[in-house]
Amino acid sequence: MTLHKLRTNTLLTIAAASMVLLSGCHKKVSAPPPYTAPAAVDTAIAPTAVLTADPSAIDLGQSVVLNWRTTGATSVTIDGIGPVNLSGTQNVTPSNSTNFHLVAKGDGGVAEANVRVTVRVPAPPTADLGTQNDLGSDAAFHAAVQDVFFDYDSYDLRADAQTNATQAASYLSQHPAIKITIGGYCDERGSAEYNLALGENRANAAKTALVNAGIATNRIRVISFGKEKQFCTEQNESCWQQNRRAQFNIDR
Amino acid sequence: MTIRIQQSLRRALLSLALAGCIAPQLHAQDNVFTGTNTGADRVRIAAADFRGGTPDAAALKRTFDTVLYSDLGNAGVFDLVSKSMQPQATPGAPAEIRLADWGGGTTNAAFVAFGSFSINAGRAVVSAYVDDTHNAQFPQVLGKQYTEAADENGARTIAHKLADEIILRLGGGIPGIAESKIYYVHAGGGSKEIWAMDYDGANAHAVTNLGTISISPRVSPDNSRVAFSSLGKYGFQIRVFSLLLNRMVSFPDSSGTNLSPAWSANGQLAYSSSRSGDPEIYVSDGSGNSARRITNSRGPDVSPTWNPKTGSQLAWISGRTGLPQVYIMDTDGAGVQRMTDTGYATSVSWSPNGQFLAFAWDRKYGPGAPGGQDIYLMDVASKKWIQLTNGIGRCDFPSWSPDGRHIVFAVGSGARAEVWTMLADGTGKHKLAGTGSDMPNWSFR
Repeated sequence: MTLHKLRTNTLLTIAAASMVLLSGCHKKVSAPPPYTAPAAVDTAIAPTAVLTADPSAIDLGQSVVLNWRTTGATSVTIDGIGPVNLSGTQNVTPSNSTNFHLVAKGDGGVAEANVRVTVRVPAPPTADLGTQNDLGSDAAFHAAVQDVFFDYDSYDLRADAQTNATQAASYLSQHPAIKITIGGYCDERGSAEYNLALGENRANAAKTALVNAGIATNRIRVISFGKEKQFCTEQNESCWQQNRRAQFNIDR
Repeated sequence: MTIRIQQSLRRALLSLALAGCIAPQLHAQDNVFTGTNTGADRVRIAAADFRGGTPDAAALKRTFDTVLYSDLGNAGVFDLVSKSMQPQATPGAPAEIRLADWGGGTTNAAFVAFGSFSINAGRAVVSAYVDDTHNAQFPQVLGKQYTEAADENGARTIAHKLADEIILRLGGGIPGIAESKIYYVHAGGGSKEIWAMDYDGANAHAVTNLGTISISPRVSPDNSRVAFSSLGKYGFQIRVFSLLLNRMVSFPDSSGTNLSPAWSANGQLAYSSSRSGDPEIYVSDGSGNSARRITNSRGPDVSPTWNPKTGSQLAWISGRTGLPQVYIMDTDGAGVQRMTDTGYATSVSWSPNGQFLAFAWDRKYGPGAPGGQDIYLMDVASKKWIQLTNGIGRCDFPSWSPDGRHIVFAVGSGARAEVWTMLADGTGKHKLAGTGSDMPNWSFR
């Protein structure tokens, strides 16, 4: 076999191999690029810091995603949380309105960022109303009424979800004055419009379970958020499971 | 001996690889003509730099020349002569052009567009001509004068108008899209608003400023209103913004989650509403009155799109059997037909000629499956499909241009999404809007 033929065949093989790769026979997994924190290079550059909270106003018991980005920093701390990565996100559940204060220290100086999270704390119930009109505290509500989680692309209640729904129903029977909203959520995979409809089905499935357990339908309001509001943002199954839920909240 | 064995092994592997790759695509590609790959030769046209009539017109003239050139290139029906392969002359009037230079040599153009650009009393004035280079006796195909304000936007507008005129005359009788707009979602600062831009990505600007999550914009056929879905206190509602009055106009609220409004060519609205407790497809008039429900099945029904040619059919996405699939039906709800057979299909859009459905499809969807979501085209009559995107990221929300030759779509999601455009055969892909731009919708005209 001549050298020329060997070369031709090698080239042909390489061409075929790249055709296989490029023509889509085997799908490439496309994942978003991992975030790499910027390195501090020039000592003269002052660090910058940005801190945001989403959402910035919540009801007591809900959680907030803090999102911060810094450049030119070597260490970053947030009051109340401690030392954190140079850039990242963090779920927090403040119990009252809080000013989150971030300090980014770098070779070029110090930068600060603030964001205020407002927590709507319900007024404590007056003592002489008794349990008939007692809405109870949000903390007690969330201790007794657990969110319901769903399988992937499903809006049927699993066995553990059914148990949670039954517990929720019994708590609501004991506190007849409470009205609730059920929020339907999806994980971030899948399309925005379809996920909003799926979230609606999830919330309605939870509502149906409560209604079947004897709760009046006019005490329950359903609202779907699809994948527009996420409880966590990591790209792994445990975070996706966290997001596939129907969440119960007191409707005030 | 060893070498010979290796050689035949390589040849076998080669033919296996080729067969394995090409076969499915060949099968799926039979008989799907989207108007840009019909096999007819593209018209070869040259766009000369226009002659600057006055010195102060130089900067605007450059904008005009650039925009005209890219409009003719974007059209998908021309073989546009590269600027470096054509004469450097700038004839400003029919008497000044030497057709032999443009019709022969490396240029070899069948038609040439040329003319003059000047500023007169604060207005940009363009005299434009298109000549047939092989018809020395009666060369003129087009002779027209345009005038707009003497600013960047005016120069772009004239270029768009001229390009559309040329495309209409020489491109087979379908009006050009250079003046059409794209409405899309812009994510930023925790909220999503509706934005608009020219078909080529210029003039991107905000339309709504509601401070909440607003998605799925669809502009009405007469370009007077944009309908969209917006998160209010009681969930997502259909809301309408008037582009003529430049403010929100009323649309009846409804209980439940109300999503994905879609206009028919005659001004009706289809959308998804869960007012009955389950998301179903409803049809109402353009103001939201006389709403009637037309689907009736358990499971999410969402993202309707009308057949723009007949107005008597709808395609939509339904999860009635599990993962979402594409279905079509008559507008009274009868004649339900399932179009996709597997995977996760979403965001369907019906082509202007009524022949094709474009949608986002992940054919291998599921935990652990290495699926990718891409834009596919399906022929409605035969259900044959072809794949238009591959490996550029997760693609979604395809939307047809009014000439049926282009598709705009989103790549990526959330804060990192981008809006891209391509020809309906999958070629000519390029980005129109950057990070945080999603869910594009091409205007009817």
